[in-house]
Amino acid sequence: MDNFETVEVTTDFLIVGGGMAASGAAVEASYWAKKHGLKVTLVDKAAMERSGAVAMGLSAINTYIGIKDGANTPEDFVKYVRNDQMGTVREDLVYDIARHVDSTVHLFEKWGLPIWKDEKGNYVHEGRWQIMINGESYKVIVAEAAKNALGMDNIYERVFIVNLLVDEKNPNKIAGAVGFSVRDNKFYVFKAKAVMVAAGGAVHIFRPRSTGEGLGRAWYPPWNSGSSYATMLQVGAEMTQMESRFIPTRFKDGYGPVGAWFLLFKSRATNAFGEDYLQTQAEEIKKWEPYASAKPVPTPLRNHQMIKELSEGRGPVYMRTEEAIKKITDTTPGTDKDKKKRLKELEAEAWEDFLDMTITQAGLWASQNIAPEEKPSEIMASEPYFIGSHASCAGAWVSGPADIAPKEYTWGYNRMSTVEGLFTAGDGVGGNAHKFSSGSCTEGRIAGKAAIAYIKDHPETPVVDQKKIDALKEKVYQPLKTFEQFKGLSSDPNVNPNYIRPKMFLFRLNKIMDEYVGGTSMWYTTNKPMLERGLELLTMLKEDSEKLGAENLHELMRAWENYHRLWTAEVHLRHVMFREETRYPGYLYRSDFPKIDEVNWKVFVNSRWDPQTGNWQMSKKPVVKIVQ
Amino acid sequence: MPSYVITEKCDGCKALKTTACQYICPNDLMVLDKEKMKAYNREPEMCWECYSCVKMCPQQAIDVRGYADFVPLGASVTPMRGSNDIMWTVKFRNGTIKRFKFPIRTTAVGEAKPYADYKSSTEDLKSPLLATEPDSLGLAQLSVPKK
Repeated sequence: MDNFETVEVTTDFLIVGGGMAASGAAVEASYWAKKHGLKVTLVDKAAMERSGAVAMGLSAINTYIGIKDGANTPEDFVKYVRNDQMGTVREDLVYDIARHVDSTVHLFEKWGLPIWKDEKGNYVHEGRWQIMINGESYKVIVAEAAKNALGMDNIYERVFIVNLLVDEKNPNKIAGAVGFSVRDNKFYVFKAKAVMVAAGGAVHIFRPRSTGEGLGRAWYPPWNSGSSYATMLQVGAEMTQMESRFIPTRFKDGYGPVGAWFLLFKSRATNAFGEDYLQTQAEEIKKWEPYASAKPVPTPLRNHQMIKELSEGRGPVYMRTEEAIKKITDTTPGTDKDKKKRLKELEAEAWEDFLDMTITQAGLWASQNIAPEEKPSEIMASEPYFIGSHASCAGAWVSGPADIAPKEYTWGYNRMSTVEGLFTAGDGVGGNAHKFSSGSCTEGRIAGKAAIAYIKDHPETPVVDQKKIDALKEKVYQPLKTFEQFKGLSSDPNVNPNYIRPKMFLFRLNKIMDEYVGGTSMWYTTNKPMLERGLELLTMLKEDSEKLGAENLHELMRAWENYHRLWTAEVHLRHVMFREETRYPGYLYRSDFPKIDEVNWKVFVNSRWDPQTGNWQMSKKPVVKIVQ
Repeated sequence: MPSYVITEKCDGCKALKTTACQYICPNDLMVLDKEKMKAYNREPEMCWECYSCVKMCPQQAIDVRGYADFVPLGASVTPMRGSNDIMWTVKFRNGTIKRFKFPIRTTAVGEAKPYADYKSSTEDLKSPLLATEPDSLGLAQLSVPKK
């Protein structure tokens, strides 16, 4: 490894990631760090201007409470999120987002994000919590504010963090992180007193519905490779709700958003016989009371209704765009000219919804000659995703806000994991659904301030064993060495008995997860024997991960991304096996425990991998209400 | 697919410090072939079609051909991104053309001020108030749960 230079960076607070949460942390932490003479450093796998889940843009901000206008209270939001997630959320964290998020949205507007306004100057709502934006440059603008706060000298782009570092004397205390440049032969060692991991959720854990060129057209971005979960797990951080995968129902194949159609345009979705499945399947979801009676009906239950239609052969399911648009134009007051004008507006709104955030879907409509005012469009339930910021709860178990969290949830600083000095936000925080983009940025701000407070209280510099760093450097570049050593054996370097290339490793992982852990081919259904068999195969894959081979730095990035995916897959499987009930139908079915069990399982499922022994510990944690 | 580079139009950004598409691609897909001085997408099946490269290319040398495994041929979606708005041209398979123009930002590029002009009201690191709060909330104080 002589030709790989080691670059050492010493800082106080290290932010891993460059998306919405990381940008929020950059802005907030910079403010407090400056007051206290501390240094903040951010490291991003890509270029901040277009990194993370909002890289393409968004057409709406999904979390805005509107407290100052009296529209809603944080309590209202907690009740909504609690019901949507079938009773299992960290109410202290949800409340904390709700009481701060409006301030983040107001900052976005000042930074230059165009938010739709009505004639009175109020934000235009898509739904109760959602506001409409012209969001093509949403991430560009937020990243710009973060860069202006941090200064470019403190930002490292195109460096992929693969491992966290812990203190030599206290292995439950964070000390930094290591990674490599995906562009140059440089190995990076960041030494820090506190670290925030906000490296997104996880995509491509399960076999996606499209497996050719369309493999990349995942609903969530393909560069979210489970790095948040895997890096935190490997230093012994406790995780929660990793069984809570998310199955988005979206326009089929392109994964265009459905929120504007359901909420803003009030569209119906109907089955092959023109029936509204939310009505024909109304009785079915009553098995999941009391949540079935909640308004709106929880996301997993609405998914369940649709999946039942499809799996029982009553598909395709169509979003009735033509019907919705006709209804709006018919009821538009005024002359035919007024109606025509409204139709034009609706058409532009419908297309912008896709062009701002899922351009593929616009292309798919155009390629199939679909004009939404004329023709309905198919919708479909996708493959599973891991994301702590949407309608699901996967992530780390973190300490809550000291002023409002119950004692069961408070052991340190806000958003600090069970590892001292290791913070997380956005997709990295578990039990805290429905943050979306604005809430994730807010959570980054909260964690950023808390991390600076932690550093002030713990000013000593952590010490890292140099031997450990040297060993990590060896390990990081091993796939390049393996490939180089063996590539000559076969005339085609793709087929070689001595290594597995990252792409085939991914396909092997995807197949195991799909078939044994309840992917799309199994209609999200599994049981204990299936999970045990899956774990057996996954364990062999884990052994084979030591034989990953990579031809260049780009492929080395893929190798480590897929290693992170493997960890995410394993923790998910273990959580699914532990929770012996079906709490989130429409996301996941345990065929051996097909019912919800409020007596035994209205709890959080937590897990911890012990770095000393290599053993997994599973546990139940209580759900504590702070809003009645 | 994936984005693809039109050979004739790509000049390898030879006059610039960085290759635009290679700089921006969130998934590290776009790469410059230094011998041919042409960029290309090295892993089209990992392309999210986010159009970041298309929007940024100074030569308008990058286009997208829909994923071949589910998108019928013949349509195109083409952006022209300015500093304050974006123009889209959507061409249908049947030849229909639609054009849309949307705003993208309300401030000048580079001018996003991190704390805007909001006041801060505490020096206390342990206070739950963030740097610009409660001013940026438009409230007198931060909410706490009703007992």
